[in-house]
Amino acid sequence: MAVNVHFEDVKVGDEIPAWSRTTDFMSWNRYAAVNDEFVYIHMDDEAGRKALNERGAFGMGNLRYTYMLDALRDWIGDEAEIRECGVQYRAINQKNDTLTVTGKITDKKVEAGENRVYLEMNVVNQNGDPTCPGHAVVVLPSKG
Amino acid sequence: MTSEQQIETLVTPEMEARKGVWENLRVSPPIAESDIRKWAIASYWPDTPPRLFWDHEYAKGTRWSGIIAPNDFNPFAWPIDRPRTAGGAPQGMGSTPGTRGMNGGQVETFGVPMRAGDVITSRTRLKEWNERTTRLGLTLFSETEMEWRNQNGELVKTRISTGIRY
Repeated sequence: MAVNVHFEDVKVGDEIPAWSRTTDFMSWNRYAAVNDEFVYIHMDDEAGRKALNERGAFGMGNLRYTYMLDALRDWIGDEAEIRECGVQYRAINQKNDTLTVTGKITDKKVEAGENRVYLEMNVVNQNGDPTCPGHAVVVLPSKG
Repeated sequence: MTSEQQIETLVTPEMEARKGVWENLRVSPPIAESDIRKWAIASYWPDTPPRLFWDHEYAKGTRWSGIIAPNDFNPFAWPIDRPRTAGGAPQGMGSTPGTRGMNGGQVETFGVPMRAGDVITSRTRLKEWNERTTRLGLTLFSETEMEWRNQNGELVKTRISTGIRY
């Protein structure tokens, strides 16, 4: 069993471990393959430019959402649950961007019989630009 | 050819008729363990994904008593029947005003996890929209609600997604 973090051990203001990926056609294509998400703006520079992104093809928002969930899962371990996660896509994931998922605890409470921890989330690029602000609620095991 | 200045609204009569109506009932093929493993590998690439998503023996020892799928796993990928559009592009991904589209984001609430053998039923409804002028020109933000349940009627997740058309 992998219990990475207990409810009693976290407090408001704590940050989750940073989680990063450098993205390009290798990561986009793999994700497209499993999600059946073959859209030219993610595959072809000319199509990306036609969609008003001067630098060409760009990454799918869904993959950044996946990264957010992966970062949460890596932090909470296998005995915990992700109850809710939400994102807004505010900036484009350009080719070769290094994306880092960040998360900060904003609240924790026992609710509906669950040890719920609330987080403010984001995916930040190598320039420090936040690309998709979001939030999450995770349910952590108790030491008791 | 229609210019951007001539478009007064991106809201269509079809959208008005569909508002609030559950539709698009879909039933997934049974989830295969191999699908879960591939999904986990792709989404964690280039790192090795958690064993919970691919290692039977390990997963049996967890609270889940077996392999589960990552929260964002999509059992509806790769359908046999799908809408065909010119060039393979989905609707909303054109290059002219009003036909360009973007994914605005989503909020998902998760219930029971998906497992190999599960058959997921999905339904969606157009919840609401608002339209305003942005740096992209006239822009339509529409919210769609989706609900997934497994073969036992248990709620797997709900998703409120925002589509952007400009």
